[in-house]
Amino acid sequence: MAGIGLEYKGVSSISGPIIMVENVKGVGYDELVSVKTQTGEIRLGKVIQVSQKAVTVQVFEGTTGLSPTATRTRFLGHSLEVPVSTEMLGRVMNSYGEPIDGHPRFFTDEKRDVNGYPLNPTAREYPKDFIQTGVSAIDGLASLVRGQKLPVFSGPGLSHNELAAQIVRQAQIRNANEPFNVVFIAMGLGHDDADFFRKSFEETGAIKNVAMFLNLADDPPVERILTPRAGLTLAEYLAYEEDSHVLVVMTDMTNYCEALREVSAAMEEVPSRKGYPGYMYSDLASIYERAGRVVGKKGSITQMPILTMPNDDITHPIPDLTGYITEGQIVLSRNLEKQGIYPPIYITTSLSRLMKDGIGKGSTREDHANVASQLYSAYAQYNSVKSLVTIIGEEGLGTRDKEYLRFGERFEKTLINQGKMENRTIEQTLDIAWDALSDLPEEELTSIKPEYIQKYLPKTDTEVK
Amino acid sequence: MTAKGSVIRVAGPVVEAKGLQDSVMHEMVEVGNDGLIGEIIRLEGEFATIQVYQPTTGLKLNEPVLGTGSPLSVELAPGLIGNVFDGIQRPLESIRQITGPFIKQARGVTALNREKKWTFNPTAKVGAHLIGGDILGTVQETDLVEHRVMVPIGLQGKLTKIASKGDYTIVETIATLEVDGKNADVQMLQKWPVRTPRPNTKRLFATVPLITGQRVIDTFFPIAKGGSAAIPGPFGAGKTVTQQQLAKWSDANIVIYVGCGERGNEMVDVLDSFPKLLDPTTGHPLMERTILVANTSNMPVSAREASIYTGIALAEYYRDMGYAVALMADSTSRWAEALREVSGRLEEMPAEEGFPSYLPSRLAEFYERTGVVETLGQDDRTGSICAIGAVSPPGGDFSEPVTQHTKRFTRVFWALDAELADARHYPSINWMTSYSGYIADLAGWWHNNVDEKWNGYREEAMRILQAEEELRNIVKLVGPEALPDKQRLILETARVLRIAFLQQNALDPIDTYCSPQKQFKMLKIIVDFHHLADGVVSKGAPIFKVTELPVMEDIMRMKSGIPNDQLDKLEELEKKMHANIELLEASLR
Ligand SMILES: Nc1ncnc2c1ncn2[C@@H]1O[C@H](COP(=O)(O)OP(=O)(O)OP(=O)(O)O)[C@@H](O)[C@H]1O
Ligand SMILES: [Mg+2]
Repeated sequence: MAGIGLEYKGVSSISGPIIMVENVKGVGYDELVSVKTQTGEIRLGKVIQVSQKAVTVQVFEGTTGLSPTATRTRFLGHSLEVPVSTEMLGRVMNSYGEPIDGHPRFFTDEKRDVNGYPLNPTAREYPKDFIQTGVSAIDGLASLVRGQKLPVFSGPGLSHNELAAQIVRQAQIRNANEPFNVVFIAMGLGHDDADFFRKSFEETGAIKNVAMFLNLADDPPVERILTPRAGLTLAEYLAYEEDSHVLVVMTDMTNYCEALREVSAAMEEVPSRKGYPGYMYSDLASIYERAGRVVGKKGSITQMPILTMPNDDITHPIPDLTGYITEGQIVLSRNLEKQGIYPPIYITTSLSRLMKDGIGKGSTREDHANVASQLYSAYAQYNSVKSLVTIIGEEGLGTRDKEYLRFGERFEKTLINQGKMENRTIEQTLDIAWDALSDLPEEELTSIKPEYIQKYLPKTDTEVK
Repeated sequence: MTAKGSVIRVAGPVVEAKGLQDSVMHEMVEVGNDGLIGEIIRLEGEFATIQVYQPTTGLKLNEPVLGTGSPLSVELAPGLIGNVFDGIQRPLESIRQITGPFIKQARGVTALNREKKWTFNPTAKVGAHLIGGDILGTVQETDLVEHRVMVPIGLQGKLTKIASKGDYTIVETIATLEVDGKNADVQMLQKWPVRTPRPNTKRLFATVPLITGQRVIDTFFPIAKGGSAAIPGPFGAGKTVTQQQLAKWSDANIVIYVGCGERGNEMVDVLDSFPKLLDPTTGHPLMERTILVANTSNMPVSAREASIYTGIALAEYYRDMGYAVALMADSTSRWAEALREVSGRLEEMPAEEGFPSYLPSRLAEFYERTGVVETLGQDDRTGSICAIGAVSPPGGDFSEPVTQHTKRFTRVFWALDAELADARHYPSINWMTSYSGYIADLAGWWHNNVDEKWNGYREEAMRILQAEEELRNIVKLVGPEALPDKQRLILETARVLRIAFLQQNALDPIDTYCSPQKQFKMLKIIVDFHHLADGVVSKGAPIFKVTELPVMEDIMRMKSGIPNDQLDKLEELEKKMHANIELLEASLR
């Protein structure tokens, strides 16, 4: 324990957010480091390598203004811990969980390691409680369940913020009244966007249930690596120690990944695709896998990460690696947004993998799964007809194709499209779906059980023969 | 005599130590005051590089490193089936009992329970000369699995003592062999180094299909018992669902499911559903033939690298008992990335996309451990291992190294396709780019067990799908209405094949498993329909009259409407199809 508390003066090298300190003893891997600049400012960092020559430290607030001779480092003997407390609800924190809203400090002594521990797979409970977001495209076609991680893949300038705010406002478990909290995590967010969220939480009175962790665009990028971890540490505390259902909104994961790339570059690591580090998959998994339910615990953590796809490219490493970890994705489309459709959710590439056990009789409605799968294949058909139309015109289409065209247009206008304040029940959503499906001939509805067609398909005049 | 050294560098999962001149390459070591489990992966004089399988947070210079004298090994004995292990075979249920819902260091936990008693039923006779692999006796491990306790590999001699039928723990002596005049005691518990393939007597040809109950696989791109397959596909294309379907319904004796760097919830899905699902042939819960190796994406990356070997070593052990084992690895890309991450920390020279240059040889070694073999031992037992590896190519681009190299070492390629998955065509196995190298080897089985026309029908169906593919390019330019009716019929039949045959809903209680007999009958109905319809179209029937036939909707619904045990209904349907076409033909006269 020789190193603890001892202060070392001078560092042997500085490169990007990385510093090396020589002749240090008794330091552990991953240990927290306090770094004092020559002006007396304190920054934090962590040990990312120890060797006989030197200790390598990653400085969260960056190394701007550090001098090789005057910098002082102190090794704290434990890894980074953040305070956790219900007092943090209704408050605004920085990436270390310290209040930055001008209100008093927290009274709590409770602290937790920001990295948490990996959840034992055998301790997980399979998520299956349907969350009604009131947004038809999500509830009907990519349903969210408690304990799921379901990201929004957006593009710069698309209406993901409005959608996220609407979901936070409307999300509810049907027939249940259990404690519900939001942890909002901003990474590299602009002040306007941060204000948008704050206002939207205030307007609905939700703010007292929201803990906001802010790392804004002008905060040090390296700190962004901590922000989601600090927020999730609180979420785990609320969920597993305070029995609360927590919805974690994280935006923008793209900024997070860029910070990761910056650190990796400074360490001169061999980069993987587009310069992002080869371990980005594991790193993102250490964040996303903190969603879930735990056997024997009342609370849950549901994650809704938001990311903007560079160039709207879904194969870019950030959406790609995210999609490989999360349990589906909600994809926004510039094309739909241009047509004035809100929310511009493109269901073809959207998916909820946990939908299967969260819907159906007892949770939503018996016909839900069938209807969703019919809508998916019909909409795919619509899209291929639409691309045919651009070449041969509508006249060249057969009757069946024309019916698909009509269906698709109605589907986009009535089911996908809805008001920003409009909160639809799942029954309303499914009824709208049946209306759209009634544009198709009945024998096309092969994904739906005949008894449901009988029961739910609106009878049109032509059918009453 | 084990080595004792000390830590001189810590960089994540890679630790360097000195003072280990007495250890050997790939020796398992205990690192630091907490005794973290590691493996020596480089040895130069007294300096060793160690891959540590547990988090190294807090590890300091000069902490001790102790050799264990043996390589990273699996424990083999009754108690494996139904269990859940991490990548280095630590039992996750037992760890949960000690450290709670989150995984923390739990020292001294063994893979298999040492206290539990199993009923041992001796079968070998005292006085017999036994060799490694010979069966000493059996233990009913689960209702589905008879565990055959074998003479450890490498041991041979006269059986001088064998335990009488009764209950024993896995560490009690159950047999004694006289080896070179000395007594060698044998327990049920044996160990085997994970990175070393277990030997066999002879490799045999694979001629029996692994029946999976998935139509596109069994009928079009079949895999043999003892075969190897790759399932590459972008995220959300259906790799995991396909692997789980195979784990559920395939007719293997033993299933080993390796969750390698994937989601925790997918493991729970298996743990929740398998005990409730019943094996279609025996009626017992599927969990009674399944072992789970779960090293999820948030667990240490180096143990992820080991998980594949742990899985295949367990598979070999059951193969040696004479079983057909199916191993699923989801996803081998995460394994390759683990290899890359460790290689990067070793500052090795990267080859393609940062992967180490030994990536292809490691993949080859892994798939080489599959196959049908005559096992060790004096009786003629055969066993097999079939491995199915998911591949997760970045951006869904199959030209990347892991997909390309896996393709070289596997004989079946089920290419999952984003476009099909987006259109909710599941399983999204692309019938144009997928292939199976076993068709000729397995045709005999289908011929003898299902129908002699199997291969004829499957080739015919494939031709229709190929013709559709070519016509589609024309349709894209002129629209379907511009084609002659005979060609539109091809489009129509292909559509029926795609929706009514190739698409198979894993979530539908009936469609989730389709017996080989049902598969063949369904295929026959569609292909026969095509020929008959082609006949009437040639005689001048307009195509819309064909598509409007009432039997079309029955054909579209047969997969989920007709259960596997009511195939007579398919025969009725076949008759209805003939009648419908005849009626149409009559109306032309
Ligand atoms: N045969 C099938 N029947 C019904 N649904 C399916 C089938 N195959 C795939 N799906 C659907 O596709 C979703 C994604 O499948 P899956 O989780 O297997 O993808 P994956 O290829 O393993 O993706 P990742 O690489 O991200 O793990 C499933 O949750 C399910 O909704
Ligand atoms: Mg998967």
